[in-house]
Amino acid sequence: MAAGRADPVDTVPRVLAIAREAEPVGSLSEVREAGLDRQDLLAVYRTLLVTRGVEERGHILYRQGKIPGSFYTGRGNEAASVGVATAMGPDDVGTPLHRDMGVHITRGVEPWRVFAQYMGRVDGPTKGRDGNVHMADSRLGLIAMVSHLPAMLPVATGCALAFRIRGERRVAVGWFGEGASARGDTHESMTLAGTRRLPVVFVCDNNQWAYSTPTHLEYATEHVADRAQAYGFEGVVVDGTDVLAVYREAKRAIERAREGGGPTLLECLTLRMEGHAVHDDAFYVPKPLFEEWAKSDPIERFRTWLRENADLDDDEEEEIGSDVKKLLNDALRRAEESPLPEPGDLLEGVYASPEDLDTPHHK
Amino acid sequence: MAEKTYLQAISDGLREEMRRDKRVFVIGEDVGVYGGAFKVTLGFQEEFGPWRVIDAPLAESAIIGGCTGAAIMGMRPVAEMQFADFISCGWDQLVTVAAKQRWRAGTPIPITVRLPSGGGFSGGPFHSQNPESSFAHIPGLKCVCPATPEDAKGLLASAIQDPNPVLYFEHKHLYRRIKGEVPDERITVPIGKARIHQEGEDLSVITWGAMVYTAAEAAQELAGDDVSVEIVDLRSVMPWDKAAVLESVRKTSKVLVLHEDTRTGGFGAEIAATIAEEAFEDLDAPVKRLAAPDTPVPFSPPLEKAFIPQVADVAAGLRELAEY
Repeated sequence: MAAGRADPVDTVPRVLAIAREAEPVGSLSEVREAGLDRQDLLAVYRTLLVTRGVEERGHILYRQGKIPGSFYTGRGNEAASVGVATAMGPDDVGTPLHRDMGVHITRGVEPWRVFAQYMGRVDGPTKGRDGNVHMADSRLGLIAMVSHLPAMLPVATGCALAFRIRGERRVAVGWFGEGASARGDTHESMTLAGTRRLPVVFVCDNNQWAYSTPTHLEYATEHVADRAQAYGFEGVVVDGTDVLAVYREAKRAIERAREGGGPTLLECLTLRMEGHAVHDDAFYVPKPLFEEWAKSDPIERFRTWLRENADLDDDEEEEIGSDVKKLLNDALRRAEESPLPEPGDLLEGVYASPEDLDTPHHK
Repeated sequence: MAEKTYLQAISDGLREEMRRDKRVFVIGEDVGVYGGAFKVTLGFQEEFGPWRVIDAPLAESAIIGGCTGAAIMGMRPVAEMQFADFISCGWDQLVTVAAKQRWRAGTPIPITVRLPSGGGFSGGPFHSQNPESSFAHIPGLKCVCPATPEDAKGLLASAIQDPNPVLYFEHKHLYRRIKGEVPDERITVPIGKARIHQEGEDLSVITWGAMVYTAAEAAQELAGDDVSVEIVDLRSVMPWDKAAVLESVRKTSKVLVLHEDTRTGGFGAEIAATIAEEAFEDLDAPVKRLAAPDTPVPFSPPLEKAFIPQVADVAAGLRELAEY
């Protein structure tokens, strides 16, 4: 499972990998052992379809000129985001990023709100004040990301600190990319979390391209997760297109954190199957790399697994597919009915009032 | 009531909030066993334990970002920057994350960041700055700058209970030099309400922090010339008490805006512009600004003295205004 190395100068052998490479999940019984029954598996499949469907329809909206600004998708990262979010407990919290639509969908955000967010309407979680995936529904235990990556890692670490201070059995999950692993916030967060053994799981969406920059220009180790040992905790690399393997490793990491075992760095290796954003045709990614990774499309891969291991049949597949289609069509209609924000409200809420502290997290 | 130093008042205020509200915790470099570089949290770890008085690694971004996360989870964190200068390492967490979260995502961030600021003791370029104007410029942040021990205690309590990120600038040169009566019981001082340090009829000085005392000494010198100076201590620069400033300007018609931070783009510029916009007809002289020159803070005593506005500089400025 080698990361794509396009640059011919990158021929110097790396220091031996340190992180543990996770096994793929095999049979249905193994999956049961990891905590998912057949109903759960079908729900995961449905969530994957909704995740991709939201972004595909968002892309159409963008082409129709209905989405201002730019548009980002997480194509190729659906299994990584859904797998991790499925392993989180109801009281756990997270700071998902722009390739992690699956986290929002798994936690229960309604797709029409995402479309409203995309289009800058008042029913988006940020009411038109911020765009694309810069959003979160705090009632679902999520915190809205900022563009500066990985600025949300210190925040996730702080959530874990609160849990530790209060002695709560809750876990925070902080996402970052392999590009953002170069920035100091990654190091500072892992240092604080490691020294205090905080209940936080750091999830690296390694999609091999930070905009146009390949992995070997972002980090000099074999894996991002190799660094974990230096911070005093375990690093694990998992195939990010294998939703069940991701789930199993995320579950292990989250439960270890919950039991007081401290952080884990979980690196989900994928390929960003589109450009950085819709304006970018990703000409710098070698074609064979796309072809290679297209063979392990996370959704197709899981669908095949379900058919081979969990008796998914045509009828069931058809039922889930049409259900998702209806959900998304209804969501689009509803979002388009949502009004644009009033310019007169611009000044509202720059500063919080004491009543704002009654939001779910603050109770 | 008891007489306390400015430093004791900060310490008392913080301890009191921690006693009455178990959500309040302190995190910073050397705040625990050592009691903080200036001993504000001396003895705190013994009383509150290592999980409420947290010795952090040297990682300002993780400290402030950590406070943000903990605050979203319902805590009331108080971060200590060892020196206000080091806030630059946490800029992103304050300005990019904490300041914008309420407006953008509806999530309030009730954190307090304590910032030992200001010069006067050869701290040099990296241990003497007054960066309040940089943060006052950021929508979503509040900046308080107490000058008296009573305000130091009361504004700290208000900052901790405020639902927003509040930067609490505590002037190092006031720590042990300034003493004053401080109520024994818990007090709060509203953020955004100025205090008249001394009443006067002929000139107004608008200032905050350590410059309140520089202005008061200068005013003493002018008292001999029968010029009466009013000193408005802003107490906070964001929000700032525009009404109190305009009221004083209307009363005296001549105004000196004074601060220890550098001149260009300093918060005094905002005050001077507002006076020009809203009280032009009341002025009998152009608004005068007195601030540090546009250089880094120097180390060597004669240079530092030339940098920080001195009593003689303020007295000269006031005389000029009086004679206009």
